[in-house]
Parts: sequence; structure tokens; C-alpha cells
Amino acid sequence: MKILVCISHVPDTTSKINFIDNNTKFDTAGVQFIIGPYDDYALARAIELKEAIAGTTVTVLNVGTAETEPTIRKALAIGADDAVRVNAEPADSLFVASQIAEHAKGYDLILMGRESIDYNSGVVHAMVGDLLGLPSVSPVMKLEIDGTKVKMTREIEGGKEQVEANLPLVAGCQEPIAEWKIPNMRGIMSAKTKPLKVVEPISVNSTVTVTKFELPTPKGAVKMIAADAVADLVTKLKNEAKVL
Amino acid sequence: MSVLVFIETSEGKAKKSSLEALCYAKALGGNVTAIVLGPADAGSLAELGKYGASKILHASDARLEKGIIQVYASVITKAMTDENADVLVLANSSLATPVAAKVAIKAGASFASNVVELPDTSSGFKVKRSIYTGKAFCWQELKNAKKVIAIKKNAAEVKESGGNATVTPYTATLTDADFNTTILSSEKATGEVLLPEAEIVVSGGRGLKGPEHWGILEELAKTLHAATGCSKPVSDMNWRPHHEHVGQTGVKVAPQLYIAIGISGAIQHLAGVNSSKCIVVINKDPEAPFFKAADYGIVGDAFDVVPKLTAAIKASL
Ligand SMILES: Cc1cc2nc3c(=O)[nH]c(=O)nc-3n(C[C@H](O)[C@H](O)[C@H](O)COP(=O)(O)OP(=O)(O)OC[C@H]3O[C@@H](n4cnc5c(N)ncnc54)[C@H](O)[C@@H]3O)c2cc1C
Ligand SMILES: Nc1ncnc2c1ncn2[C@@H]1O[C@H](COP(=O)(O)O)[C@@H](O)[C@H]1O
Repeated sequence: MKILVCISHVPDTTSKINFIDNNTKFDTAGVQFIIGPYDDYALARAIELKEAIAGTTVTVLNVGTAETEPTIRKALAIGADDAVRVNAEPADSLFVASQIAEHAKGYDLILMGRESIDYNSGVVHAMVGDLLGLPSVSPVMKLEIDGTKVKMTREIEGGKEQVEANLPLVAGCQEPIAEWKIPNMRGIMSAKTKPLKVVEPISVNSTVTVTKFELPTPKGAVKMIAADAVADLVTKLKNEAKVL
Repeated sequence: MSVLVFIETSEGKAKKSSLEALCYAKALGGNVTAIVLGPADAGSLAELGKYGASKILHASDARLEKGIIQVYASVITKAMTDENADVLVLANSSLATPVAAKVAIKAGASFASNVVELPDTSSGFKVKRSIYTGKAFCWQELKNAKKVIAIKKNAAEVKESGGNATVTPYTATLTDADFNTTILSSEKATGEVLLPEAEIVVSGGRGLKGPEHWGILEELAKTLHAATGCSKPVSDMNWRPHHEHVGQTGVKVAPQLYIAIGISGAIQHLAGVNSSKCIVVINKDPEAPFFKAADYGIVGDAFDVVPKLTAAIKASL
């Protein structure tokens, strides 16, 4: 089986977000970049499947500029066999989905995260499914392969559902599909020599343009209430905050 | 301008988030048509007129009862064409967001999800969306003539505009190929207040020490008619079901009131709650980072403070 895992290269979950150039550009100063946490679940499940099903290969794909290569190497260190980087700024969801669709032909299983944690759109998997005419399921909490059938548990508001579809298929993953994997020394060494192919993007008409960024207005100071004055809190929630 | 709104139902009734989408559409101006897929409650359908729909399309086909993304996307794309709609508005959800993305591709539309406000149409059509898991926003111009907008909770206020609408049956053309996934079964909490929709959320962390101690939290939630949530370690340890996990890698909530009990306030947890209107933190450690993100704080032992709070609320009702 051929598995493609699409990874985003995103600021660490603890990063402070700032913008520069008059709020038109993300400030990368001091920011640590990681494999998107959901994409990391997708990768972990792919590696498990590789270990369980003989003849399975795992390719990782990222749409990004040269800065993303350390992130891609990390995915190789975790256990992917080879990688493709589509050399372009990930302009918008449709652009990214179109690049992925271009390379995803011939793969049996295309795994992604449920959403990227920078733009949080949660749609690239659905778009790739549409572009390729394949089923797409997200967010997937459990994924088992049974011949050409895939059995999945999908989270829905307030619960979950059992879904079945045939390969080839696109899935957006989330926990507890697999445990995040940490690269070991051997993985890190071998990642250096695993193939990482750089390809140029196909042209896609852009349908959206980011015009500016904004930070939320900072919160006012917290009002502390004594532990033996909870009635006071109730009054404040009613009359001051007006949320009760 | 002609706007189509996809109304998602839960147990046959329009979801509150979909009413927000409808009111958002109404505020855009122009003519608003609502579309409901699958069996639905007649009373709930008729009510959509009050929230701004001038026409309601109801595709009652039983095969639409289960939300199959591909099927919904095809039906809604067709309806957009039939109704000559320029804009599709819907509320973000695990079903509606991927549906919206597919409609955008099929209809050649510009697309944005997690939209938090009405657009700025002073030059072009710009929407403000939440990014970096609530830590920032961006303004995006939707350049195509057709647009698909998925709104985040609280992007519009639900208010009755007093209109009237007739329900028109809509015959959906269903293609076998679209039934590319089979939903075998579903388990859904019923009767409970659903976390993503809740106005008040009572959430517990590792500070509660074990699942057996959730009673005090559930009692508080019941008193407030609130949903219950939890931090990631709590659902990882199976103290609480996974769908209650709030944060960066869980459910993002945007209630009027979020009460955090025994949660330290790690940045990944905050990312899921930073759209709440008011945050109350109860923690025995005065240095807990959550206090910095709170509106009101109580330093104290949850086992002591929470029952007292429940009693005080009961007394004030
Ligand atoms: C990539 C990534 C993604 C993550 N995503 C999420 C996410 O989506 N959601 C999430 O929640 N976490 C997430 N985490 C985990 C996060 O970093 C924290 O570990 C987690 O939120 C801590 O949970 P907690 O506050 O319940 O536990 P703790 O950090 O252990 O805090 C317990 C708190 O309870 C207080 N306490 C103890 N006893 C009492 C008492 N009797 N009364 C009152 N207070 C008491 C303590 O003072 C402490 O502040 C993520 C981590 C990573 C690395
Ligand atoms: N630049 C990218 N390169 C490769 N995959 C991506 C990229 N951006 C997003 N993805 C994948 O698409 C998923 C959903 O992203 P999004 O729709 O942006 O929330 C992510 O979890 C990734 O698996």
C-alpha cells in the first residue's frame, strides 16, 4: 500500500503570535516551527500501518518554501520513507489542495491532519477529495484497513460515528488515532539520506488574498474574589458581566 | 444579492449555530433562501422565516437523513445554481465546513471558514477570520463573484426580524457515486447541552484528581444549564469522553461564560477558550497561568468552592 501524509509546517503551540510590516506579515522571530500536531497524528498512524502491512511505503508531502525542510526531515526521522516538497508559499487552501491533488494520484491512502494550526481552515482534505473524486473523511479518531475497505470512527458534535469507505481515500486525522512518535537516533541519522524531492508548483488561480492581520484586544485585569465570597461572584456575573 | 444558507439540523430542529448563519445572511442584505436537508420538524422549518429567510427549501429525502459530506455538497451546489445564489453562508461544524469547501470548488467560489464578523464591503468583499487557533485574526478578500462563507460561533447575533416564509419542497438530484462513504452507526449524547453550542461551559482539569469527583462539576453544570468540558489530560486518561476535550487539539468553544476548575491554563488549553465572553477560574494555586486569561478568579480548593458556588447560584435563581 502507498500512503501519502501531508504535513504543514506551523508555529509551535506555545508560540506568541506577532505581525510585522504594518500587520501584513507573520513575525517568525523566535518562533519554533513544528509538524502540525494533527498532521503528526496522521504520520504516526501511517507509520503504524507501514509496520503492520507488508510492502507499505509512506511518503510525506509539504507545500512550502525551503525553510520547511527541517520539519520534513523530522517526518523522515519519525519513519517516512521519502518526501516531496512543493516549492511554494502555501497561499490559500485551494492552492495547497491543488498541489497535493497533483501529487496524490496513485496513492491508496492520503492522510492529513483535521486542520492546520495556523489557518485552522480544516478543509484541505475535503478539497483534495473533491479534486480527485475520492471520499474524504474528517476528523478521524480511529482508522483500520480491512482489505480495500477502511473502517473509521469520526467525531461529530457531541459524539462519534462509525464510517466505512473504500480505498483510495483521504482522511483528516486527530487523536486518539495513534500516539505521537518521537524520532530515535537511528531515525535521525537515516533521515539525512532519505530522498527529498523538490518540485515546482502547478499554477492555480488565487481566489482569496490576505490583506492584513490583527491581534485580539488584550483582556482587562482579572478580578479576584475571596473563596468564602462566592455569592459575590454570582452577583458580578449577573450584574457586571451580564452572563447569567 | 441572493444568499443561500445551509441549515444544519439536530434531531430534526435547526441548530442554533445555523440560526446565527441565517441572521448573518440576513444582515448581508439581499434575498435569503434557507435550505434544509433530510427529515425535519415542520415547526422548526416554518420558524426560519422569523430569522430572515424569505424562502425555505426542504429536501426531505430520507437518504439525506445522514450527513454524507459529498452528497450534501452536490445538493447544495445544485441549489446554489437553481437559486442563482451569489453567496452561500453556513455555520462551521464537522459536517458543514468540509461541505462548504467542496461546494466552493464545485461552484468556483472564493471560500473562507471561521469568519467572525460581517464582511467589510467598502472596497471589494473582505471577511475577518480567526487564525492561529484564536490567537489572531486576518482579513481576507474573497475575489470571485461567488463566495462561500463558513462562520464561527457568535459571528452574528440570533434575532428575529419578524419575516415570514413558505416552505417549498426541494427535489434533490442524488447521484449514487456521491454516496462514497457509509455511516454505519452513530452515538450521540442526547438531552445534554452540546459543548460547541453551549452558552455556558463548566470545564474540569487534572486538579479534580479523578473521574469519581466530577459530580460537583456536573451539579454546577446542571444548575447553570451548561455543557461540561475538560482539559486534554483528563480525556487522555479517559476520565471524560473525548468529545469534551477543549483546546488547541480539541473543541474550540465560544460561550458567554467559561468556568475552568482545576485547570492550569496551558497555552494549548487557552487556545480553545479565548473566544469566550467571560472566563471564571477556580484554582488552588494563585500562580496558575489561567488567572492571567480570566475575568474573575477564585483561589481555593475546588472541592470546597464548587459546591458553594452551586448553592449560591441556586439561591439566586
Ligand atoms: C501539541 C499540544 C497540544 C495540546 N493540546 C491541548 C488541548 O487542546 N487542550 C488541553 O487542555 N491541553 C492541551 N495540551 C496539554 C497542555 O499543555 C497541558 O498539559 C494541559 O492543558 C494541562 O491540563 P490540566 O490543566 O488539566 O492539568 P495540570 O496542568 O496538571 O493542572 C492542574 C491544575 O489544577 C490545580 N489544582 C489541583 N488541585 C486542585 C484543587 N483541589 N482545587 C483547585 N485546583 C486544583 C493545580 O493548581 C493546577 O493548576 C496540549 C499539549 C501539546 C504539547
Ligand atoms: N502547506 C501544506 N503542505 C502540506 N499539507 C498541508 C499544508 N497545509 C495544510 N496541509 C494539510 O491539510 C490539513 C488541513 O489543513 P487546513 O485545511 O489548512 O486546516 C493539515 O492538517 C495538513 O495535513
